[in-house]
Amino acid sequence: MKDRGELLFEIGCEEIPAGMILKASQELKAILAKHLSANGLVDEPTAQESIEAFGAPRRIVAIAKNVRLKQEDVTREIAGPPKAIAFDAAGQPTRAAVSFAEKQGVPVGKLTIVNTPKGEYVAVKQLVRGKTAAEILKAVLPEAIREITWPRSMTWAGAQGPRFIRPVRWIVALLDGKPVSCSLAEVKAGNRTDGHRFLGKRIIPVSGARDYEAKLKKNFVLCRPEARRKKIESELRSLTSRKGLRAHEDAALLEMVTYLNEYPTVILGSFDPSFLALPEEILITVMRGHQKYFAVESRSGELAPHFLAVINLPRDAKGLVRAGHERVLRARFADAQFFWETDQKTRLGDYLPKLSAVTYERRLGSYGDKVERMRSLARWLSEQWFSGGIAQADVAGSDRAAELAKCDLVTEMVREFTELQGIVGGLYARAQGEPEEIAQAVYDHYQPLGLDDPLPRNLTGCAVALADKLDSLVACFAVGAIPTGSSDPFALRRAALGVVKIILEKNLPLSISAAVSAAARGLREHAPRIEESAEVENHVIEFLLERARYILRERRGFAYDEINAAFAAGADDLGDAVERVAAVKAIRHTKNFAPLAASFKRIRNILEKSAGKGDKGQVSVRQDLLREAAELQLHTAAQRIGEEATRLKKEKKYRKALEKISELRPAVDFFFDKVLVMAEDEDVRRNRIALLAGLLKEFSTIADFSELGAEESK
Amino acid sequence: MKSKAHNSKAKGAASKPKGLTFQDLLLKLEHYWTSRDCILQQPYDIEVGAGTMHPETFLRVLGPEPYRVVYAQPSRRPADGRYGENPNRLYKHTQLQVILKPSPLDIQDLYLASLAAVGINLKEHDIRFEEDNWESPTLGAWGIGWQVLLDGLEITQFTYFQQCGGVDLDPISVELTYGLDRIAAYLQDVDNVFDVRWSDTMTYGQVRLAEEQQFSAYSFDHADAVSTRKQFDLNEAEAARLLAEYGHLKGAAVKRFPVLQAYDLCLKCSHLFNVLDARGAISVTERAGMIARVRKLATQVARAWLDQRTALQVASGVSA
Repeated sequence: MKDRGELLFEIGCEEIPAGMILKASQELKAILAKHLSANGLVDEPTAQESIEAFGAPRRIVAIAKNVRLKQEDVTREIAGPPKAIAFDAAGQPTRAAVSFAEKQGVPVGKLTIVNTPKGEYVAVKQLVRGKTAAEILKAVLPEAIREITWPRSMTWAGAQGPRFIRPVRWIVALLDGKPVSCSLAEVKAGNRTDGHRFLGKRIIPVSGARDYEAKLKKNFVLCRPEARRKKIESELRSLTSRKGLRAHEDAALLEMVTYLNEYPTVILGSFDPSFLALPEEILITVMRGHQKYFAVESRSGELAPHFLAVINLPRDAKGLVRAGHERVLRARFADAQFFWETDQKTRLGDYLPKLSAVTYERRLGSYGDKVERMRSLARWLSEQWFSGGIAQADVAGSDRAAELAKCDLVTEMVREFTELQGIVGGLYARAQGEPEEIAQAVYDHYQPLGLDDPLPRNLTGCAVALADKLDSLVACFAVGAIPTGSSDPFALRRAALGVVKIILEKNLPLSISAAVSAAARGLREHAPRIEESAEVENHVIEFLLERARYILRERRGFAYDEINAAFAAGADDLGDAVERVAAVKAIRHTKNFAPLAASFKRIRNILEKSAGKGDKGQVSVRQDLLREAAELQLHTAAQRIGEEATRLKKEKKYRKALEKISELRPAVDFFFDKVLVMAEDEDVRRNRIALLAGLLKEFSTIADFSELGAEESK
Repeated sequence: MKSKAHNSKAKGAASKPKGLTFQDLLLKLEHYWTSRDCILQQPYDIEVGAGTMHPETFLRVLGPEPYRVVYAQPSRRPADGRYGENPNRLYKHTQLQVILKPSPLDIQDLYLASLAAVGINLKEHDIRFEEDNWESPTLGAWGIGWQVLLDGLEITQFTYFQQCGGVDLDPISVELTYGLDRIAAYLQDVDNVFDVRWSDTMTYGQVRLAEEQQFSAYSFDHADAVSTRKQFDLNEAEAARLLAEYGHLKGAAVKRFPVLQAYDLCLKCSHLFNVLDARGAISVTERAGMIARVRKLATQVARAWLDQRTALQVASGVSA
């Protein structure tokens, strides 16, 4: 008899939000793998590979191959009373044996004796018959539906009914071609799926996964996202290439439309070329934001008066759909044009007073207040850079750009298209004749918005971006609006990431602690005039360094302990700290360095222990107390190498400095080989501790080697 | 703007105008839903910002009794006014509101058939349900659903109500809100809502333009912030007084107590708030506070209404 089969499971649903389908199908796969393997229906090591899951707007589908149709039978041994009680001296069963056998439903003769650590016991072997997969799935499948998590679920069948992202309207559950009887609320599972809402049959019996996919395709549903994506991509190309054009690349939009349609088809529409007078950022945002159209551009990247819409139909034979989309776009462009013209009846800077009426945070006052703080911080940053030798640092320009940066928040355009904040301000500034450096700075100052987002293009933009983000961090931390878990309403993690990215990638000399203090000063000297504590500043610094560690791990491939070692020697100058991290990484596995790092760890332990015993006090080494050759040798080596390492460090040749320090290894090894630090004589002991303390201090200014993990330092 | 006076080119077989008139659209949809067991109700006679605020939605979705209703509701959104100069934006637009309680299993198909009933060929148009969860902070109400797009144009808000007046709903009602002005413009293939044919002889502009101009002018330019605020306070105080009084009632006095009047006063507050908002008289900080004040009234009304219905049913021996 066949012992394995395929499970087809489809949750038929009203339209699921496009952005949630992929994650839900991945979850369904994991949930089924968990339940099927827990019940012994799939082999655990291959559970993940034997299940695939995918989705479309009205369905989430899982197919499991090689599912056992029945659990294996298992024989279990059930222990009864001890042998000594179950049988009398003559070997005859007692009452205890008889009643145990009765309870287990076997004749006394079937009882056996087993040896256990506690002695001999009566036992009986029972065969436990495996349940059928159908029986198990009956409970597992509805449970699997309930276990999928959603950002915001709903009820549709009343308060006692199930919760899901949208109402579940049908379920296909077929095991080896046979329906599994189960249900969720009023929906009974069966073998019937549902085709395209308008073009397909609405009741389609299927016999298994293959049949399911084939029949859905005939009924205008491409159930696999890859098939839909491929169709969209090829049509985006074919519709534009013959005109010498191409679709404006947009991976996120492609993913979105892949999950918005069950049978996607691309159509090409046009708009009045006079709209091309609007900036392309605005045109693209209008097309992609609400309408989810791809913009069309020439091979050289100039926008063309066309758009590509993805529709949920196989064709638009009469051009009705195109005409409809063109009309909607026309109205939206007309709106944008209206905003563009109306907004600019007022000069960008003249919106500034209105910002006093826009609250930034209840305790932190208005955006007007924030702009004042940003201006003073942006000026301070530019002054720092200028005095640090960066000639193009422009104090007055940074001030002006910070002044204009938030003005677009009260324009009609940004009210309508919030995602264009900054960009609109930059465009207006340019159109109104502000210097390009300032227009660009306004345009860019929200950047970077993520790990891979570009940075502000010019230095003034960096000053405004840093001023904005540092002010947000210090101000929010000062009033306790600190991110916790998934709650970060002021996007402070992103702000901190931005600060670190700008400093690192633009290679800007900047003391983090000084910058945070300058931001704190702004908060004190301008509204809301909050006097925060040093603790808040330290908290912000640690928060920033945490993001720096993250970037160095995720994007630069450094290890935790390499970063910790270098940061322990200071990270206030981030660029410098990164050079030291790189030096540590380069040298940590070399012959001398790794054992030396281990010795430093030992030194730290010794010092910690001796500090506990009160062996403090002596700071410098007394030459006269160095009795053993090994300690004298270490002292001399340390002095010599110390001088050279210090010189190399000053020249920022960190790798060379660390190589030099590695040369200490023989002397250190020799020392630990020959010398007992914890000598009887107190003066000698203290002197040796001073020697080691000096060593640790002198050679930890590039990185604290004792931070390097032991398992990795071999 | 070009809200052309009506001309007579619409006559004659050769240029038979396209699509239903505005009033035929309204009649057809009302007929469609009354044929599906909906009560036909009238628009509410107080200014509201959305069909949801009509007691036929706000109060009827509370409690266990099944109900089906359809009505048109002119909805005033002072901040959306454009003096009648924008082809798509209106101070007052007309919603067609349908409430089905509990929501039927085939509700999406029922809805789509209503589009077919007004002449939209579902196989020839791109119709989609795109995520759009609806929320009304002033009413303490929210639901899960979509905006329905017809060739990229939002034509309906489709919502499974989850909470109303701060009360979790059971059973769940479905709310369909059709944007009649837009649908009419689409069916008639005109770009400007004021060019929509209201009837065979009158345009939307002829019927409504003066309203758009004057009410936009009032809420943007003429409304007196001090007096509007005072009216808000007065209406709020009166509603609060009634609701406090209700809280102290016992026995038969509950039966005739004007909870409905308290709700009307709450609606007045909501509209006055919208006027102040359009006038630019409310700071961002103050905004949240005023919304919370209206919501407080709305949630108290919802609770009192439920309580009153239960009391009435107990008195008349009907079980809830």
